[in-house]
Amino acid sequence: MFEMPVIDRAKCDGCGLCVSVCHCNILVLVDNVVTIIREERCVSCNRWCTQCEDVCPTGAIRWPLEIVIE
Amino acid sequence: MAVQVEFLKSVPYFCGLSIAELHSIKEVIFEKTLQRGELVLIEGEPAEVLYLVASGAVKVFKTSAEGKEQILNIVRPGESFNDVSIFDGGPNPASVQAMGPVVLYGIRRSDLEIILRDHPLVALNVTKVLAGQARHLGSLVEDLSFRHVIGRVAKILLEHAGDGTGARPRLTQQDMAAMAGTVREVVGRSLKALEEEGVIRLERHRIVITDKEALKDMVAAYF
Repeated sequence: MFEMPVIDRAKCDGCGLCVSVCHCNILVLVDNVVTIIREERCVSCNRWCTQCEDVCPTGAIRWPLEIVIE
Repeated sequence: MAVQVEFLKSVPYFCGLSIAELHSIKEVIFEKTLQRGELVLIEGEPAEVLYLVASGAVKVFKTSAEGKEQILNIVRPGESFNDVSIFDGGPNPASVQAMGPVVLYGIRRSDLEIILRDHPLVALNVTKVLAGQARHLGSLVEDLSFRHVIGRVAKILLEHAGDGTGARPRLTQQDMAAMAGTVREVVGRSLKALEEEGVIRLERHRIVITDKEALKDMVAAYF
């Protein structure tokens, strides 16, 4: 399964903003780096969320979207 | 939790002040705690307090008559909001909502005026902060004013569309913003506009083009 959101550990400064805004509680800080603990629950809130990406000040957490033609 | 002087040192408003000066400023700062979704400010209401984000993040947004939300900014720790109305005496120019658990430090207008008189360096710092905000809002206005951004976003979607097998690279809204020469907030708004037009559908981790021909027409119309 494609992991999302995608985390660049080198860029993460451990500020924890993404953890604080995540509706689904899938993110935690481990050794001051954001880590996904319940990948399957991401977007379980059924929103087009991307808030973790919105708040990240360093671009360490990204929410890439696939674009497809129906 | 008491107001932390160490934190105040990192706030652009108070850059360059001595520890003794920060301790005196700390005395007039009060703390406010919010949960996710709580509104801090409502657009149009009188403004009395300047806020600094101590932890968490808030979004600053305006809502149109049709109920559409436009995010103007996301404010992170160390940054301020409601600056304009505190200095010009007008109402809140936008609403502000907590994106998660948030701790704010508030300074009442009357106290801020005393700080500015007693610490002229703060006035210089405020000028820099306001200039930065004006620059950000200027670029946002420029992009929102030019409708062709939606055409550029439509073009990017067509150019990067795959068949669902994962063969094509995935794009973030930030990637699309960089490609379209705009800011992320405008890409988000453009995608929602395209969905309302019925040419795309926003799913959990995908953007589905539901009417390719209509999307092509949009590209042609805007270029």
